Amino acid sequence: MRSITFHQATLEALQEEFRRDHKTVHLSTDVPAPLRQEFGAARIRATPISESSFVGAATGLAGSGFRPVVNIRMATFGFVAMDQMVNQAAKITYMFGGQARFPIVYRMSVGAGNSMAAQHSINPYPMFMNVPGLKIILPSTPYDAKGLLKTAVRDDNPVMSFEHSALVDLAGEVPEEEYLIPFGEAALRRRGSDVTVVALARMAHFAMDVAEELEKEGVSMEVIDPRTLVPLDTQAIRDSVARTGRLLVVDEACRTCGAAAEIVSRVVEDEAAFARLKARPVRVCGLDVPIPFSPPMERYAVPDRKRIAAAVRDLLKR
Amino acid sequence: MSTRKELLVEMYVRMITIRRFEERVAEDFQRKLIPGVVHSYIGQEAVAVGVCANLRREDRIVSNHRGHGHCIAKGADLDRMMAEIHGRKTGYCKGKGGSMHIADFSIGMLGANGIVAAGLPIAAGAAMAAQLEGGDRVAVVFFGDGACAEGEFHESLNLASIWRLPLVFVCENNHYGVNMPVREAMAVQHVAERAVAYGMPGRVVDGNDVEGVYDTSAQAVARARAGEGPSLLEFKTYRWRGHFEANTILDLRPRDEIEAWKEKCPIAALERKLVREEILSPKQLAAIDAQALARVEDSVRYALASPLPEPEDALEDVFCV
Repeated sequence: MRSITFHQATLEALQEEFRRDHKTVHLSTDVPAPLRQEFGAARIRATPISESSFVGAATGLAGSGFRPVVNIRMATFGFVAMDQMVNQAAKITYMFGGQARFPIVYRMSVGAGNSMAAQHSINPYPMFMNVPGLKIILPSTPYDAKGLLKTAVRDDNPVMSFEHSALVDLAGEVPEEEYLIPFGEAALRRRGSDVTVVALARMAHFAMDVAEELEKEGVSMEVIDPRTLVPLDTQAIRDSVARTGRLLVVDEACRTCGAAAEIVSRVVEDEAAFARLKARPVRVCGLDVPIPFSPPMERYAVPDRKRIAAAVRDLLKR
Repeated sequence: MSTRKELLVEMYVRMITIRRFEERVAEDFQRKLIPGVVHSYIGQEAVAVGVCANLRREDRIVSNHRGHGHCIAKGADLDRMMAEIHGRKTGYCKGKGGSMHIADFSIGMLGANGIVAAGLPIAAGAAMAAQLEGGDRVAVVFFGDGACAEGEFHESLNLASIWRLPLVFVCENNHYGVNMPVREAMAVQHVAERAVAYGMPGRVVDGNDVEGVYDTSAQAVARARAGEGPSLLEFKTYRWRGHFEANTILDLRPRDEIEAWKEKCPIAALERKLVREEILSPKQLAAIDAQALARVEDSVRYALASPLPEPEDALEDVFCV
């Protein structure tokens, strides 16, 4: 199978969906040249740096029968348009009693690792999980990025796509033929019997590296990548924990009230999964600090392979 | 009757309907029949009616927290409005929105909004939709003077202008954002002066003169339909009642100022004109008024006879399926 980058995969997803549905519209400060060339300046809009206005305009477009895709670029810029995402788009279908659809895709890059300091390195998806009315996808491979983004464009609700900046140039197998990935279906990256490691976004790659390393020590790690946070494939995670009896959740986002906390809760709240636990669940998350600039501090603030491996070894002692 | 006369009568019907509707809502709120808060439109009727008289059913409007008048002016159903205000299952939003979130997408009413100025970017999107559709539909957004201090006001004017969107910005300057006088909130005298900064026409008009409102917005709507871009219209008006019906925020505006504006009642002014020009007799006016009142009373009966939602209905409509 051919291999393309994460970035190419997302571009292909949009090209295919924009060909398929002429009601699709793209809004962004930086215009993707291939989209502009193929679909023209009216549908592929270059916006001023004016997030509230163009994020809000997406809601008006969606409520008027269009399917806007908004590339906010860094998730941190999304905060400028927080009202339009959280107060408006997320609630509008509900507040109006379901009388209109609001198909909107917000793409935002996330993640630390490039010395971009506190504002430009965030992973804010957990706070959006706390807002009913938003779907959230968090792809970690080119294959998933393409399949999930295509599904997002066809969804009739606001969907946030959080894309880790360290994965943009990552290459991976993507078939030539069309496919979609449904929301709410986790990917079982690796089957194992000793411990379930649920790892999000870039952390899924770290977890796979650690699984390989620990295999040499005779540890059998199961790695699950949820791929979408809303909806979350709770069942796949519970089933896995029921088999392995141990749970580690790895997320680069801050620990407090994070996606990892939610995943742990959903497992321990389940009678069957709880009964099978051999050890207390463990989280390896970003520290509760703004991401620092200088590389030694930045590396310290987010999970790495070493910390994941240590947590797995520790879990197995219990 | 000539078209102009018919128009005046039609606008009178709408204005008196809004007035009677709002009076009844205020009354029922005081009687504790209505949950939450309601923001009364009394005193500003000429703006919604004069603007919307220029619109077609397929044109889109976006409203704000003081939205009942905009709904009625765009042709919303009184029964479903009143049912929504009373939190009933038969309301426009099945009781999920209430007074602040009434919408009727089937008539191009894209929703009231509880966040000041949040409707402006949404309206820019609706206008962009009209532009992409390629016809001559337009969008109109209603907002108060309070919204003009928000960033979204400035961002939306800019966006609409650079993209020449078929959008009419309608500022209902009722002189106060809750109790904050606009003269203290803004360094220029008129909101519409800001149109210059965004390269669009701006007009300052008496918002209690429905004909003036109609004529000014006719020009702005025509300009939008012709693909010439947005306009900023500022209608000077006044709300007769407090910011909202609850007494948790006191009305600190000067009593004599309120009374002076009541003397400039937009409905009484139109009634005088209709009688003076012999378009309607006082008896005919009274009949129209009685009819409006009857329709409002019907809507209250409909609302009160409608079931409340089941508690579990709260789980529906989070997502479209």
